[in-house]
Amino acid sequence: MTTKGGSLTEVKEEPEQIEEDHVEASDSQEPVNISQEQENDVKDDGQPESIEQPLKEQEINSPAPNASAQASPSSSERKEQTVGKGLSRFLPGWLKKQKSLSPLETTEDKEAEKDIPQAEDMHPVEEEQPEPVCTSSELEVKKEEKVDEETKIDERVEQLSVNSGELQPVEEEKIVESLEKDVGMNNADVITEEKKEESNKGEDPQKAEDTSKRSPLKIPKKIKVMQSKVLMLDGSESSYEIEKRAKGQVLFDKVCEQINLLERDYFGLAFRDAADEKNWLDPAKEIKKQIRNCPWQFSFNVKFYPPDPSQLTEDITRYYLCLQLRQDIVSGRLPCSFVTHALLGSCTLQAELGDYDADEHKTGYVSELQFAPRQTKELEEKICELHKTHRGLTPAQADAQFLENAKMLSMYGVDLHHAKDSEGVDIMLGICANGLLIYKDRLRINRFAWPKILKISYKRSNFYIKIRPGETEQFESTIGFKLPNHRAAKRLWKVCVEHHTFFRLLSPEQTPKSKFLTLGSKFRYSGRTQAQTREASTLIDRPAPYFERTSSKRLSRSLDGGPVDGINEVGLLQDSSSLDVPQSSTAEVTASKVGVIKVEATDEKIEVKGKTTPSKESQLEMPMEMKNKSLSIEGENIYIRHSNLMLEDLDKTQEDLLKHQASISELKRSFMESTPEPCPNEWENRLTKPLSLQTEGSLEEEITSLLLSKESFSPGLMTSFSSAISQASEGDGFKEKAAAESVSLICSKQLSEDHASRAEGFPAGAGDIGKSSDEKQKSETEEQAEVVVEETIVIEEVKRAPSHSKVKLEKAVESSTVVPASKVSSKEGHASSSDSHSESEEEAEYHPQIKEGENIKREKNEFKTFTTVGMESKVSVTEFDKVRFPMVHKMQDVPEESLQELQNGELQEAKQKQEDTRPKLNGDVSYVDSDAVPEVVCCSEPPVVKTEMVTISDTVSPDKTEISTKEVPIVQTETKTITYEAAQGDGSGDNDPGVLMSAQTITSESICTTMTTQITKTVKGGVSETRIEKRIVITGDTDIDHDQALAQAIKEAKEQHPDMSVTRVVVHKETELTEDGDE
Amino acid sequence: MASFGKYTHAIVRGIPAGVGVKDGEESEGCGLDAAKLHRQLGVYTGILRQKLGLQVIELPASEQPGLPLSLCVEDAVVVQGDTALLTRPADPDRRKEVATVKKVLEELKLRVFEVTDEKATLDGSDVFFTGREFFVGISKWTNHKGAEYVAEAFKDFTVSVVHIPEPHHLKSFCSMGGPSTIIIGNSEVAQKVIKAMEQLTDYQYDKLSVPDDAAANCIYARVGNKCNALVHRTADEFPESSKVFKKLPDYTLIPASCTEVAKLGASLSSCSILINKKFEY
Repeated sequence: MTTKGGSLTEVKEEPEQIEEDHVEASDSQEPVNISQEQENDVKDDGQPESIEQPLKEQEINSPAPNASAQASPSSSERKEQTVGKGLSRFLPGWLKKQKSLSPLETTEDKEAEKDIPQAEDMHPVEEEQPEPVCTSSELEVKKEEKVDEETKIDERVEQLSVNSGELQPVEEEKIVESLEKDVGMNNADVITEEKKEESNKGEDPQKAEDTSKRSPLKIPKKIKVMQSKVLMLDGSESSYEIEKRAKGQVLFDKVCEQINLLERDYFGLAFRDAADEKNWLDPAKEIKKQIRNCPWQFSFNVKFYPPDPSQLTEDITRYYLCLQLRQDIVSGRLPCSFVTHALLGSCTLQAELGDYDADEHKTGYVSELQFAPRQTKELEEKICELHKTHRGLTPAQADAQFLENAKMLSMYGVDLHHAKDSEGVDIMLGICANGLLIYKDRLRINRFAWPKILKISYKRSNFYIKIRPGETEQFESTIGFKLPNHRAAKRLWKVCVEHHTFFRLLSPEQTPKSKFLTLGSKFRYSGRTQAQTREASTLIDRPAPYFERTSSKRLSRSLDGGPVDGINEVGLLQDSSSLDVPQSSTAEVTASKVGVIKVEATDEKIEVKGKTTPSKESQLEMPMEMKNKSLSIEGENIYIRHSNLMLEDLDKTQEDLLKHQASISELKRSFMESTPEPCPNEWENRLTKPLSLQTEGSLEEEITSLLLSKESFSPGLMTSFSSAISQASEGDGFKEKAAAESVSLICSKQLSEDHASRAEGFPAGAGDIGKSSDEKQKSETEEQAEVVVEETIVIEEVKRAPSHSKVKLEKAVESSTVVPASKVSSKEGHASSSDSHSESEEEAEYHPQIKEGENIKREKNEFKTFTTVGMESKVSVTEFDKVRFPMVHKMQDVPEESLQELQNGELQEAKQKQEDTRPKLNGDVSYVDSDAVPEVVCCSEPPVVKTEMVTISDTVSPDKTEISTKEVPIVQTETKTITYEAAQGDGSGDNDPGVLMSAQTITSESICTTMTTQITKTVKGGVSETRIEKRIVITGDTDIDHDQALAQAIKEAKEQHPDMSVTRVVVHKETELTEDGDE
Repeated sequence: MASFGKYTHAIVRGIPAGVGVKDGEESEGCGLDAAKLHRQLGVYTGILRQKLGLQVIELPASEQPGLPLSLCVEDAVVVQGDTALLTRPADPDRRKEVATVKKVLEELKLRVFEVTDEKATLDGSDVFFTGREFFVGISKWTNHKGAEYVAEAFKDFTVSVVHIPEPHHLKSFCSMGGPSTIIIGNSEVAQKVIKAMEQLTDYQYDKLSVPDDAAANCIYARVGNKCNALVHRTADEFPESSKVFKKLPDYTLIPASCTEVAKLGASLSSCSILINKKFEY
């Protein structure tokens, strides 16, 4: 079912907007039996996906036969239209999708289609093709939807139901999709998690519910009321009747009202999702959309732990904080030493029991209460002893003392999240009032105070923070973490955004406007900040409310088996478990670093293979095979495959390796050639490198590159991959930009170019790439004859891509004249596109400092200069420059001869080898002729970009020289790539791949410069070889002296590695041309 | 922590027999002057006793010859409040020292934890307690696992790790000079480490930089209710650094020479374990 969700996700837009107005009205209309629905929800949790939906359907609509609905989707759909709502809900998502596929579909449908490919169904490209690029408005809409995430889905459904007629099918689809989105499952997510049962469960049931709602809609004027159970801090449970459509705030207010709490902003309601993860209920959104099919069970908890509880205005607030902390302590979430346990326990006793009274407090009175996870006799004695010292303290004073001690604890108010660092090491991320803490085991290994953090973002399951450069550093750095899954990443991101806003800002940040370039989620903390709540609480004017302090006994009782408040406890445990069982999501695999890769890869093989196998072929040549499986799945498969490849490669003989490499080289070459607008990546470097140099180490890169290509395949995956790639290739600091962007570029390029071109770009990245790319090229020539999955993906991107980005995208697209897209991509453009992709669910950014500038930067291509200096025994230096300014031909010093020639020569060789290799590696890979020579493809669309690629090399055999320059009337961007290569036997690629001994990637980043150093050690023929590849990206608004930069880079490289020689220098310059037209 | 710097007891250890003799002959102690060592340690103990008013518990000297470092009791245990963590020195020969310390600590009724993991190494000289949090130097003598035990034993406190290049201990170049004052050496290593600590901490500390790393290792104590006392290296040893200390307002400065111990790579603080038995909650 999940797959459905993925496909459906994006469909919603139009219906939403149109019908939003109606929404509220529809709400009132909702009739349906609340109780039934609840039951359904409950049931859903446990049951398997497939089963669940039917059940719900049955329950909800007694009349409607589940079987019929599912069995004959088409029929059911019809029924829907005619009947109204009933049947439509029952229809499985995929059925709906099918409808969308039908020609009748409107533009919306088209979108759906795009999504679909992501999911599992592969629609022929042709269908998609009809839609060119989405209009900006559409794009915006989508974004908005995402932003709202969960709010409007229900409404939509209702409206849809209301709206009879043709639109319904589409709408329904949309709805479903939207629902899924709301769930938090993006396409990407879906992809990742499709295999997970949990996610499926969660989503499906909801869909069912939503669908069910439609029927109720018809019945006018009945208001659905849900019984909401809230676990209070004192361990009791309260029930509230809440209108089904109610937003979180309604329930929260009811709870606070009941407990007479005025200082509410520190608190929140939490619920457990299908994966049993703790989530905060967003007060601004509908409850139902947030909890999905989960039961209406919540817990009332402290959300923001005030660093100084004494500044709380009311004792009652402090009391609730105490209760929360007692839970935290008993559950072990807030570790304490023995002494502190004793002290806090004694304060609790004093607050609840009052002064110690020898008569009243007999021996053992302490043991009736629970104060610590493991409460020893010794502790109880100590508590009792201390209790006696508190004589005279009022309950409020005792609470205050409790808090004064508790707040000193190291983990006070720290919200921990499991994660892995860029090296795959398990760590914990702790969010607290002051910022972000990083723990390994129990040790703090890093800390980022809010002022140090420039940006918080997540993509897929990756979480990034951009760090302000320190006094001595001149570079900003971005640190990436890998979360167990995308939802965890999003959760973490939200928590960060909320904490930052609450504790650091005076007032909440405005919800980001729907800039095109902004990342998906517009989520922002909408409540009051600490400053505001403090100010507001000064206005509290009421006599101290009386409240009864519940004895901790209750707690202890419930805790006997386990803590009452399961939430706290479970949190960590579950988290950990989730980590362990990371759904074998591709992203995670990717994340695993090189060193570890091998192992992981094997695991994947074992686990995944079974699944993968079927789709493999399709992967390569996605277009033809339209399978029920969602694209996303395929994407995974692909990914897996690659990993498999890796493994195999490792095991394989050098010959095989060589072949493999050759293929890679071809890919690279294709990149190089095609790249109009390319930001130089490591990959590029690799690509350009001589085959001989390519060692197994390169495999890693290959993989990453593969990932990239894959990303392009499946839209959802894209982001994740990019992130993964960045991690894998660059290590932590890596900026999303490079990887993600490059990917996006590819996509974009393809987009702009006719579909055909799209196909090309994608394949290039992949390991299979070589072939696929070739094929793609062919396809291009043939013109879209083949429907390629990737293409569809591309389309989506385009649509999504905000108008702003469009330009850039177009640039990229059009610029990409030939062949496989180069991996290098203009960052901005890419980024934007990718962002648009992922949308809220997948990724989001948050700039703690609220620098609009940053966004702007993204939108506009920044001027970046990539300089890569490779040193090895053979060295490759690549410099990549993106500059707005007129292009300068830098590489004058460089030897002439086109690189491409070299490459081509290599490529050819590679190709030949490729063929053999592929089959071996993938086993199933189907290939197309690899011989396809790079062809220059003209963009059908008006060229926007001017691209020029110049390659110079002294080496070897130039076969094909392909420099494609497309000149478009409107010049937006200019890109130049110049490669200098020392004559070495590279071209030959001889190919002894050698044995990879070690690989290391170091990334450092500054404001205008990003330097990535890749060190690969290989043993080849008994001689160990160290290759160092440096890529330097220089970004600037002003003109950059490229020559100087290059000279500097080379100089530094030589200084750092005096014993090595520079083998190659590639300069890639990208300029955004002003209208003046620089060149 | 109001009680920071308050101590009631100190544990020191005698000089193993034969240190001077043997060293003189075998160059083991880098020219260790046994007589001087005895004299300096005597003064040191006197300061603890009389100037700081501590009850000094003197452990018998190690019976193992050739281990002059055994007088550095600080390496064997980390004490904070009522909790003591017995370490697991990287040098297997020195692990025996821990046992004798343990006995005393138990007699003092401290809650004693031990490092039980075979892979863990922990050296007390790498554990730096600021009064609010711990820093553990990951060094030649202390590894990550060892640091975890610190976190385990002192759960109330944040335990952050900083990496210390050989041949240093974390406390080779820093110490507390007051409730919120860190004395830090001026060397590149020291400055790098203090930067790391600044990055890791939630708190604000005053930094007191001294030109000499070795002089940055002092003993801060509060005597009575108000008096800040700082035991530091003498002006003879580090004239420039002592000038810095003189700028501290309202401090009782107590110079103590430590040249011989320093030759072993140890410092002022390594020669004693300070304990506060009247720990205030």
